Amino acid sequence: MEAFIQQLVAGLATGGIYAALALSLVMIYQSTHLINFAQGEMAMFSTYVGWQLLQYGLSYWSAFLLAILISFVAGMTIQRVILRPVERAPILTNVIVFIGLLVIFNAVAGWIWEHTVKAFPSPFPADAWYATSYFSAHNIGSVAVTLLMLLALFAFFRFTPMGLAMRAAAQNPDSARLVGIRVSWMLALGWGLAAAIGAVAGMMIAPVVFLDPNMMAGILLYGFAAALLGGIDNPWGAVIGGFIVGVVENLLGAYVIGTELKLTVALILIVGILTVKPAGLFGKHLVTRV
Amino acid sequence: MSRLLEVSKLDASYGATKVLFDIAFSLEEGGITAILGANGAGKTTTLRALCQVCRTSGSIRFGGKELVGMATEDVVRLGIAHVPDGRGTFTGVSVEDNLRLGAYVRRDKRGVAEDIERMYERFPRLRERRHQQAGTLSGGEQQMLAISRALMLRPRLLLLDEPSFGLAPLIVAEIFEIMRRINTEDRVSMLLVEQNASLALDLADNAYLLETGRVVISGTSEKIKNDETVRKAYLGF
Repeated sequence: MEAFIQQLVAGLATGGIYAALALSLVMIYQSTHLINFAQGEMAMFSTYVGWQLLQYGLSYWSAFLLAILISFVAGMTIQRVILRPVERAPILTNVIVFIGLLVIFNAVAGWIWEHTVKAFPSPFPADAWYATSYFSAHNIGSVAVTLLMLLALFAFFRFTPMGLAMRAAAQNPDSARLVGIRVSWMLALGWGLAAAIGAVAGMMIAPVVFLDPNMMAGILLYGFAAALLGGIDNPWGAVIGGFIVGVVENLLGAYVIGTELKLTVALILIVGILTVKPAGLFGKHLVTRV
Repeated sequence: MSRLLEVSKLDASYGATKVLFDIAFSLEEGGITAILGANGAGKTTTLRALCQVCRTSGSIRFGGKELVGMATEDVVRLGIAHVPDGRGTFTGVSVEDNLRLGAYVRRDKRGVAEDIERMYERFPRLRERRHQQAGTLSGGEQQMLAISRALMLRPRLLLLDEPSFGLAPLIVAEIFEIMRRINTEDRVSMLLVEQNASLALDLADNAYLLETGRVVISGTSEKIKNDETVRKAYLGF
């Protein structure tokens, strides 16, 4: 029983990371109806930036916050410089740009920081007071950080005029322009936020999976599965989907299929959801009133 | 009365398709002007051209400023509010958030709160539904919301695209009565696009008749109402 609960909690901890990544996918999907395939590699790159800042001697939390800030600005810049020119282009053009970004980030990270696996520290000491025999300090800490971030995002979208404008721009861009919202900048802001969320996810998972340029490939797949499970257009669904995928993956890995086949769970989930219930658990079925 | 809007030699196109040809019209401050015409005559495009939503050339002068080439978001900041074709409701957010979005470019928080209150006084139905998702409103309520949202800008000019579309006659009469009151009480100038010509001519001072992207007849509402050819072709009596 004790082992079961441990697996459950470990599942929730990684589930939080999947939730964060799924949320960053949903954020861009909602306003553009596109899946950013480079989201995982952007998160990986952000994590490297955090690692580099730590090497420069910054304390953990200042490196953490600075890496988030840099990612935010970089995310906005990528949208402005690379994606804005293809804003009106066909979907396939955008997909190719995303794949290009994926390859570039992967290659540049390997070029700057080499392909050797690096350890990434956890800010939560193993003997902290909140660590118990059931949950390690890092598990508890990363769940707490993820939840705090989700809460902050919720407050931003729910209670600030800027958040409202972003939601309006995503829902009805034409009408948003007619009330004076600069829709194109709202898209850039969405990219910035998605990159920042990815940075948090990356730095929280890096102590578990270690730092290397391919660290996010598998995690992004879980993120996709989470976003699809919750409904790709529903941020709440993405978060819940993330936790479900984390727990299911961990329990199946521990008791049924073994750790080697864990990634298959994500793939089976993706294919299964798309065939059985494409809208996901909480997604909207598209119904238009005419 | 001073001239608020002066349009001359206006062409507009969607991609390669030209829709408006050499349009010219003007609008007096405080007045209501109607644009009439059949389906596909270019009425909606004329409004969209004013807001720079479609590609235009020619000249649109609003309060002394040239609008051609400006971004839509900046046209709004000059005080032009647009109730678009299909009402443009933000269906996923609450009624009250829709009103807040209408005032997005304003910075006076107190004034915005007061204006929301005024909209609720004018349309008590919106107050009842203030926390409801706007997409769940009926067609008439959404039209009221669209007009209120536009007024939240405190516009100098209100562009209205078919406010009677898809609504029951009783509700149409109510909405037109409110538009008349908005014009006289708030001194908001209006440019009204309508298929229902007799309704529009009752409200407006002046009217322009469009046919396949060109102005064919213009004048006071009285004159157009009594014009034999217009009556036969467009008013149906």
